[in-house]
Amino acid sequence: MTVADAHRAVLAIWRIEQPRLITSLARMLRDVPLAEELTQEALLAALEHWPAAGVPERPGAWLMTTARRLALNHLQRVPMLERSHAMLLRELEQDQMLPPDYEATLDDDIGDEMLRLIFTACHPLLPYDARPALALRMICGLTTAEIARAFLASEATVAQRIVRAKRTLTESGLTYETPRGEELAERLSSVLEVIYLIFNEGYTAARGDDWQRPDLCGEALRLGRVTVAIVPHQPEVHGLLALMELNASRTAARTDPAGEPILLLDQDRTLWDQLQIRRGMRSLARAEELGGAGGFYALQAAIVACHARAACAAETDWLRIALLYAELSTVTRSPIVELNRAIAVGMAEGPASGLAILDRIADAPELRSYHLLPSVRGDLLRRLGRYEEARAAFETAAALAGNKRERDLLLKRAREMGEG
Amino acid sequence: MRFMSIVTAPRSQQYGNPTPELLEAMGKLADREIKAGRMIDNGGLMPIDQAVRITIANGELSVLDGPFVEAKEVIGGYSITEMASKEEAVALAVEFMQLHKDHMPGWEGTCEVRAFAGFAGS
Repeated sequence: MTVADAHRAVLAIWRIEQPRLITSLARMLRDVPLAEELTQEALLAALEHWPAAGVPERPGAWLMTTARRLALNHLQRVPMLERSHAMLLRELEQDQMLPPDYEATLDDDIGDEMLRLIFTACHPLLPYDARPALALRMICGLTTAEIARAFLASEATVAQRIVRAKRTLTESGLTYETPRGEELAERLSSVLEVIYLIFNEGYTAARGDDWQRPDLCGEALRLGRVTVAIVPHQPEVHGLLALMELNASRTAARTDPAGEPILLLDQDRTLWDQLQIRRGMRSLARAEELGGAGGFYALQAAIVACHARAACAAETDWLRIALLYAELSTVTRSPIVELNRAIAVGMAEGPASGLAILDRIADAPELRSYHLLPSVRGDLLRRLGRYEEARAAFETAAALAGNKRERDLLLKRAREMGEG
Repeated sequence: MRFMSIVTAPRSQQYGNPTPELLEAMGKLADREIKAGRMIDNGGLMPIDQAVRITIANGELSVLDGPFVEAKEVIGGYSITEMASKEEAVALAVEFMQLHKDHMPGWEGTCEVRAFAGFAGS
């Protein structure tokens, strides 16, 4: 086994154990950033000892003991100003006397702690671009290098974002607790937003050379499943999970062997992952049972479900999709949703009807540099036989596209319209 | 990446009677993994005596009821997981097998970790 292999094996165990370590330390120390830092130190200790000495028989217990000892050392180093601090220390010392009980750590239901951790990492007071990084780090156990790779950012940038976010957590004294009532809904929507952001970053990579990064989608799916498991009565959590599962089910069909994107209607549907589609459908049904059919994520999931149900592109229920987009439009008032409605209406009623919707949103400032607006327009114009206008639209779209694969595809479509 | 982990044991040791401690520990581990979003499905299988085998040999298709006395290794159970890496799937399988070592002394068997075909990285 090479050193790199050994490190990968340690990291894999670490990722499984990390949520329990960090929640346990956060409970002991009542300080999430510190807890995160000390669990990282426990990882470093494992990376140092395990490759040489071999992975211990109970790696989870080893990590827990190490992390708790680090926490104890920390508390002994800092001056004890408060009585509660001293009591905490005494409790911990007593704990340390007991032999590490692995079964007890398995017994711990970390659901509540995990929820607190998720709410903390996705706190609306944290900088927007720091939340996904912090969630991936604290909840998924990704290293800074892995997060940097996933977001195509430099390690220094990501490290800085994380440091700043942790400082905000410490300085603002954000309470480490589960919000209740109305606050819960508001905070939960920030959590779902972070998860969806991570998923989309992987699903339609906005930058770079690859059209999708499935690893990142996998992390978002995990986060979604974790959240569903701990707040099972919130319909939108199921809606988001359904949306992600149904979209991710098409991963294998979305690119050709050379990595070029294949559009939804051209995909080989036998490559869609039926197991994942079934899971997505189940989550969608759950969201609807809980009264959440009209939610932002559930509506989008219902739209994707229309595609998942169609055995071939020609069987797609575009009328239903157009209706669902109309409903989504009332929820979001977003021109991007209108853009998608134009596609569906264009399929259900014909390209002229779709184009009429596009004309109404052509001047929306949100869409000014959005490549999909001219791309959709080009497609509708093509179907109306207005090839020259279509070519110009595809060229405009290509100039706006940030992803290389997408740009190439749009230029190809422009060429197919003839040389004008 | 999606994996199937399959536990096999010598016929004499198959999951006819796992100890209650083992059952409980396996249940907790599965519960943790499901809540962590990694485990998609898992299950234990009924004894091979109740199995049916549909076989093609020498161009003949046959359907045979158990018991299959000649079977040496028997599948006891499986799990399907979605993991970020093969190393994670292996780490979980090691943890799972350690439970057997702890809670069912004398038991012998194998857990085989297999990646699904057609997934990125597999």
